[in-house]
Amino acid sequence: MPDHKRTADEGTEGATYRPTGALTITRAATTQREIDALPDPLTIDLSKVERMDTVGAWLIYRTERDRGAKVEGGGEIESSLVKQVAEYDVPVQVRPDQRPGYLRILTELGEWVAEAGTTFVGLLGFFGSTLIAFANLIRRPRRFRINAIVQRFDVVGVRALGIIGLMSFLIGIVVGQQGAVQLEQFGAEIYTINLIGRITVRELGVLMTAIMVAGRSGSAFAAQIGTMKLTEEIDAMRTIGVSPIEALVVPRMIAAVLMMPLLAFWAILMSLLGGGIFVWLDLGIPPLTYIQRLQEVIPMTDLWIGLIKAPVFGFIIALAGCFQGMLVEGTSEQVGQRTTTAVVQSIFLVIILDAVFAIFFTSIGWK
Amino acid sequence: MSRKPIIEVRGLRNSFGEQIVHEDLDLTVNRGEILGVVGGSGTGKSVLMRSIIGLQKPDAGEVEVLGENMIDRAEDEAKNIRRRWGILFQNGALFSTLTVAENVEVPIREYFPYLNPPLLDEIASYKIAMTGLPPDAGPKFPSELSGGMTKRAGLARALALDPELLFLDEPTSGLDPIAAAGFDELIRSLQQRLDLTVFLITHDLDSLYAICDRVAVLADRKVIAVGTIPELLALDHPWIQEYFNGPRGRAAADTAEEHVKA
Repeated sequence: MPDHKRTADEGTEGATYRPTGALTITRAATTQREIDALPDPLTIDLSKVERMDTVGAWLIYRTERDRGAKVEGGGEIESSLVKQVAEYDVPVQVRPDQRPGYLRILTELGEWVAEAGTTFVGLLGFFGSTLIAFANLIRRPRRFRINAIVQRFDVVGVRALGIIGLMSFLIGIVVGQQGAVQLEQFGAEIYTINLIGRITVRELGVLMTAIMVAGRSGSAFAAQIGTMKLTEEIDAMRTIGVSPIEALVVPRMIAAVLMMPLLAFWAILMSLLGGGIFVWLDLGIPPLTYIQRLQEVIPMTDLWIGLIKAPVFGFIIALAGCFQGMLVEGTSEQVGQRTTTAVVQSIFLVIILDAVFAIFFTSIGWK
Repeated sequence: MSRKPIIEVRGLRNSFGEQIVHEDLDLTVNRGEILGVVGGSGTGKSVLMRSIIGLQKPDAGEVEVLGENMIDRAEDEAKNIRRRWGILFQNGALFSTLTVAENVEVPIREYFPYLNPPLLDEIASYKIAMTGLPPDAGPKFPSELSGGMTKRAGLARALALDPELLFLDEPTSGLDPIAAAGFDELIRSLQQRLDLTVFLITHDLDSLYAICDRVAVLADRKVIAVGTIPELLALDHPWIQEYFNGPRGRAAADTAEEHVKA
């Protein structure tokens, strides 16, 4: 066990610091405190040091440099270590330059606006090149990648059936239950069926499906394409002459646009089923009456509204997902960021569009 | 005490499912040497390193590092040993959200939280200078660095705690020959100055000739030979012969010879 006691003599002519045992990073904090406490002119006596590393050497060196301390008594190893670290004493910048707060806020705001602008222009450009790719494919239908599209159908549509069905079933129950609690107060429980029927067919079925597809498939689109961008697969495609838009974006878009209405319809059915089971068990309305009543209260236009919105939402989700994926550059961290942005953007756009649709359909008389 | 081997691996066995990577593998690394580890792709060089540093729990066998058994150690005991080694991963493995200087400071902060910030910055800056990075590299983020700079920054972080033992996983892969030669030289000079023991996984024949004291060859699930390059050349194993006497091996040998003459 090396002796860690350090001695310091304070005389009239400054002080002598005599570290003993190990002069290493382990005791760096203490050593520095001890050195700082001693007055100038300082002499450091290394004769009792048994072990030294570069941090210890650096402490000695900086005392020598900053306070003109005299170093004596070091063996060959100690003095060569001090000499070595001295060689590496170049002004290395450690912290990034700091600018004043208001400037930083302004810069950030400016960067944010510029980025929002370029993103918007980029999205328009991406939309355009997708349309061109579609046009090319229509002119030369043989280039349609049927296999890729069918595979996307499976991933986006078939595999989503379970989770979307379960979600919709539960939403049907929740809507029924909450509606029944409120309507019971007026003795109007029977209107629970109107509530379930109209809200799920017209709004909730397609909206919840869109949110689920955005979370499930929109994010996957962004992550897949983003990763392919990182591994230079997209560049490889371009050099071979395959258009990445045709090969990657178009199949995903077709899948999302075609699967969304089917999934939305499935979601509507499952919600109605959930609601039906609830009113049967809780309100005692038998299934046949429930179905009959649904037929009476849901106008056909409600279903059209739901099913017209679905492909549009699917398109938005695929557009945002693929676009964000294509924007990935540089690091894998970006894949995560872009995926998040894709989901946030697509859900946001879906809800805005839903509001627009709601106003539009009401004003054309589809109430 | 100091002549005790710094790493001792005995009877190591590693497998992934059906596939056995190591079986009955023995390896000794002596204090103060640079040991090169070579082997074809898939012979488990990185797995060997990961077993030694405790990232991969072997199926069987013993691993002793710095005289301490490393398998099934309690976390706080293992921490004391980990403090004494530094690791440079193949792709640098710099923390992407931190600057180069902050990366170097991470291990120091972890083990010595009481160092005052100016001293910490000074330590980080001389470590950065020591690995030959330019002075403006400190505040840069890993994504702004070139391949060679990333490796140097990774090395600076590996050296942060003045380790006795340094693990390098293919430090020169992905570097151009000039940068690779510079990196070899850097490792050699740091090894001599800081009295390091280096465990070096490499594919780079030039590195083997230029800086390794001994070379361990991994094949057939174990270390089939350890020795200086002339000793290995005297052996009659087909892989070793092909490795060192293939066109690339010869070219590297010639360069090394010229260096000696010059």
